[in-house]
Amino acid sequence: MAIIERPVSLEVQPLIVVAPATPSSAMGAVKRPVVTKGWRQWVFTVDHKKLGLMYMATAMFFFLVGGIEAVLIRLQLALPDGKILNADLYNQMFTMHATTMVFLFVMPMAAGFANYFIPLQIGARDVAFPRINAFGFWALLFGGLFINLSWFLGGAADGGWFMYAPNSGPIFSPSHGVDFWTFGLQIAGIASLTGAINLIVTVLNMRAPGMKLMRMPIFTWMILVVQFLLAFAVPVITVALFLLSFQRNFGATFFDVAAGADPLLWQHLFWIFGHPEVYILILPSFGIISEVLPVFSRKPLFGYPFVVFSGAAIGFVGWGVWAHHMFASGLGPVSVAVFSISTMAIAVPTGVKIVNWTLTLWGGKLWFTTAMKFSIGLIVLFTIGGLSGVTHAVAPSDTQQTDTYYIVAHFHYVLFGGAVLGLFSGFYYWWPKMFGKMLNEKLGTWNFWFMVVGMNLTFGPMHILGLQGQPRRMYQWTENRAGEGFFNLGFWNLIASIGSLVLVVGVFLFLVNIYITARNGKVAPLDPWGARSLEWMTSNPPKEHNFDSIPTVHHLDEFFHRKYAEDANGQMQQVATAEQVLKQLEDNADAHIHMPSPSYWPIILAFGLPVTCLGLIYSIPLAIFGGLIILMGTFGWALEPSTAPDSDFDPPSSGDTSKDVVHVG
Amino acid sequence: MNTTSATDSHATEHGLSTIGYVRIALILAAITGLEVSTYYVDFGRLFLPALLIMMVIKFVMVVSYFMHLKFDNKVFSWLFYTGLFLAVGVYCAALATFKFFG
Amino acid sequence: MWFTLDNLATAHDTHEGAAHSSTGLSNVKLGMWLFLGTECLLFGGLISTYMLYRGRVGTGPRPSQVFDIPFTSVSSFVLLMSSLTMVLAVSAAHKRDDRSTNLWLVITALLGTTFVGGQVYEFTAFYNEGMGFSTSLFSSSFFVLTGFHGVHVTVGIIMLLALRGMLKNNKVPGSRSETVEMIGLYWHFVDIVWIIIFTLIYLIPA
Ligand code: HEM
Ligand SMILES: [Cu+2]
Repeated sequence: MAIIERPVSLEVQPLIVVAPATPSSAMGAVKRPVVTKGWRQWVFTVDHKKLGLMYMATAMFFFLVGGIEAVLIRLQLALPDGKILNADLYNQMFTMHATTMVFLFVMPMAAGFANYFIPLQIGARDVAFPRINAFGFWALLFGGLFINLSWFLGGAADGGWFMYAPNSGPIFSPSHGVDFWTFGLQIAGIASLTGAINLIVTVLNMRAPGMKLMRMPIFTWMILVVQFLLAFAVPVITVALFLLSFQRNFGATFFDVAAGADPLLWQHLFWIFGHPEVYILILPSFGIISEVLPVFSRKPLFGYPFVVFSGAAIGFVGWGVWAHHMFASGLGPVSVAVFSISTMAIAVPTGVKIVNWTLTLWGGKLWFTTAMKFSIGLIVLFTIGGLSGVTHAVAPSDTQQTDTYYIVAHFHYVLFGGAVLGLFSGFYYWWPKMFGKMLNEKLGTWNFWFMVVGMNLTFGPMHILGLQGQPRRMYQWTENRAGEGFFNLGFWNLIASIGSLVLVVGVFLFLVNIYITARNGKVAPLDPWGARSLEWMTSNPPKEHNFDSIPTVHHLDEFFHRKYAEDANGQMQQVATAEQVLKQLEDNADAHIHMPSPSYWPIILAFGLPVTCLGLIYSIPLAIFGGLIILMGTFGWALEPSTAPDSDFDPPSSGDTSKDVVHVG
Repeated sequence: MNTTSATDSHATEHGLSTIGYVRIALILAAITGLEVSTYYVDFGRLFLPALLIMMVIKFVMVVSYFMHLKFDNKVFSWLFYTGLFLAVGVYCAALATFKFFG
Repeated sequence: MWFTLDNLATAHDTHEGAAHSSTGLSNVKLGMWLFLGTECLLFGGLISTYMLYRGRVGTGPRPSQVFDIPFTSVSSFVLLMSSLTMVLAVSAAHKRDDRSTNLWLVITALLGTTFVGGQVYEFTAFYNEGMGFSTSLFSSSFFVLTGFHGVHVTVGIIMLLALRGMLKNNKVPGSRSETVEMIGLYWHFVDIVWIIIFTLIYLIPA
């Protein structure tokens, strides 16, 4: 994939050389990998930028998978009595579509951006635990593949993405699909958890001097909030998934009403995780557009502290609203009232953000690049989704809407119109940073309009369909119940399906754009957008060690303040070019830089997970074998210093003061 | 003089002396004894609150002294107790909704 | 850490292992505490499941019919004391007293093994009294909760023994005392979870 081609960089002749490590043995037997060419530089890497790109490539792949599933769903529903999918396949399709989009596209894509840009934005050379970082990526990839393996082994999961009992049980779901789903998510969950711990420690502990918390770029802030949500939400779904696998594989009855169980237990556990999860999906995109809007409005983000605190507030209040997903489950009036009110409350910090973005645009010198268009698209479309969301917060109205297409409309406005557009904004904004070339802006504009028009055509009509009572997860509709005139279900279903094809064209244009750019895209200047934050204070793509010398931070928007200063009239005047700023860092380059050394163990350890899970489904000896892989991986890991010892470097580094032994990542 | 101050600061950084730890362990053991006694002796209305309070005391003692949280940087406490209070909060709320449900 | 962080520190702390970082604290320790925070939500979920289902025994035995409080009290006490030996190992490691460190680590592992052995015995006894894993909601949630805890203890034992081996062969990458301290944190956490389980599950009757 084009994503892993690195075009020649523009970097000014580097003044320093990162001493390459030579292999020496890690465990007494195996030599550590130090290859910097070919596939092995990717497979054994612990570099946050490479891993970031790998996350993104993986996520992109799953986006296409989930997209194909979505289109099949829409083709099935385009005309009455659809014949493309049978009922069973349809159930698998929407379950896997949602699972893929949520867990294997949006989350890893955000993780990719986070991995790539957090260290750059806080002025660090890598994350706190580089090997754990690599492990997280491989676990995510293997987990995702594992879930999708079920397509070929008797059918995928079919209980809907929240897998309520009894649909998750053996009677309604006899294939191994749900088992694959459970274990696969468990693996992906481990990836998220380790990733979260890693990134939180990175942000807390690896900031450049002077980079106080309230000087951190807003993207870093939002990712920090997201990682806290992940760290505390993932264990909850872990519990739920464990209970479910014990029920399916070992005869427990946790969710079996006939055995006296309470099916609401699953619902609670799922949504205690699930509601924070929706912020996990949206906040990274909020972070991205909070970077993009100021840059292309040529003024600072309006009310930076408000955006930070409202983000944190969303993260916090997000823990107290989960039961709004359960209004129709017979929770009882007290709970419904409490959760209804808390849900309305959470609209407030979200509104604060929208106001801040709007006021950032207000009076700015707007520059409508593709990245900017996607960001503005997010503001508009997310707001529509947010408003329909408030209508679900009103419990009586939600009782009418729940399980209809109105809900489908709502969450696609927030997920597609919010999360996905934000990610695309990030692609266009940071592509030059990552690959040293500019994505084509003209094609980008087409890409944008096709996606926005397609998305409104697809999901807009679903509001009408839903209010007319078309149920969600319905695999066929018939002409004789479709209704008349403006409210004819057939008409709107057809429009929605056509819309999904428009969307496909939009996404396709993006792929074309990647291809064209990789072939003969315009080489990116050092600071193509007039950016404001630290990640732009290095070459495009960044040097392997990010910064020749670690910058000292004096301001929010440090890069901007190095380029511009106030003149006597209080006007901002350019005082330095980006090249000059970079040159200054290069002139003060650190003498010796040790980067974390590649390692075999992350991928080995991660590989043990799906083997074990496959064994748990099919044969216990295989599970034991997988367990042994995990054990071996752990020991290999524990015995390996995360940085090759000094003597391993070529030439051996002089053991100057810069060394520091504490690093057990 | 120099040496003493060094060891002193050491003690505060890493917690207690050996004697100190043993003392904490004895207190913990005593509380455990008291807890177990509720199985034999009727505590009446005090039963539940007494047990819960003793549980919390033991918990906090291990965390503060054995795990050094009392002597360590506040960031650690902050990270851990966030998780703990979040857990107590959401799970108690969830269990409570089962009660309203009845 | 593996690169020049000298000029990176905004707060200075000469604490061993707390080299140059924004907060002056060690990465590993921050990560460990955060991990323990997340574990609270894991065990919280399992405990809640048990609390919800402890009265649902179907045709199987009730908790009070199977629990052997004196026995469990002893094994709880053993685990509690292993926290003392663990903390002594940590404090010996900080004093760079390798012999005592090794000794206390082994004793801790032995106490832990005793606890796990007790759990195995207990599970067998329950099984013989007609309380299998899938007998009732109570039994399943009990076994899942205590089983998870047991697995945590077992992992802890493996780590303790591996650590001892690595210390002996001088194979610990990074700071030795900090590694001991981290495993200690994990061990104490497992202990405090049991403090809760012992009260909520065993001592408070369903
Ligand atoms: C490529 C464009 C997309 C199209 C055409 C599309 C279409 C659909 C349709 C028609 C359904 C309803 C299935 C049914 O109820 O029978 C659905 C469900 C769903 N979609 Fe999408 N979708 C798209 C993108 C996304 C994205 C990007 C996300 C999340 C990030 C997402 C998340 C979901 C979820 C969570 C469900 C609910 C599935 C369930 O009921 O269990 N979708 N999608
Ligand atoms: Cu929600």
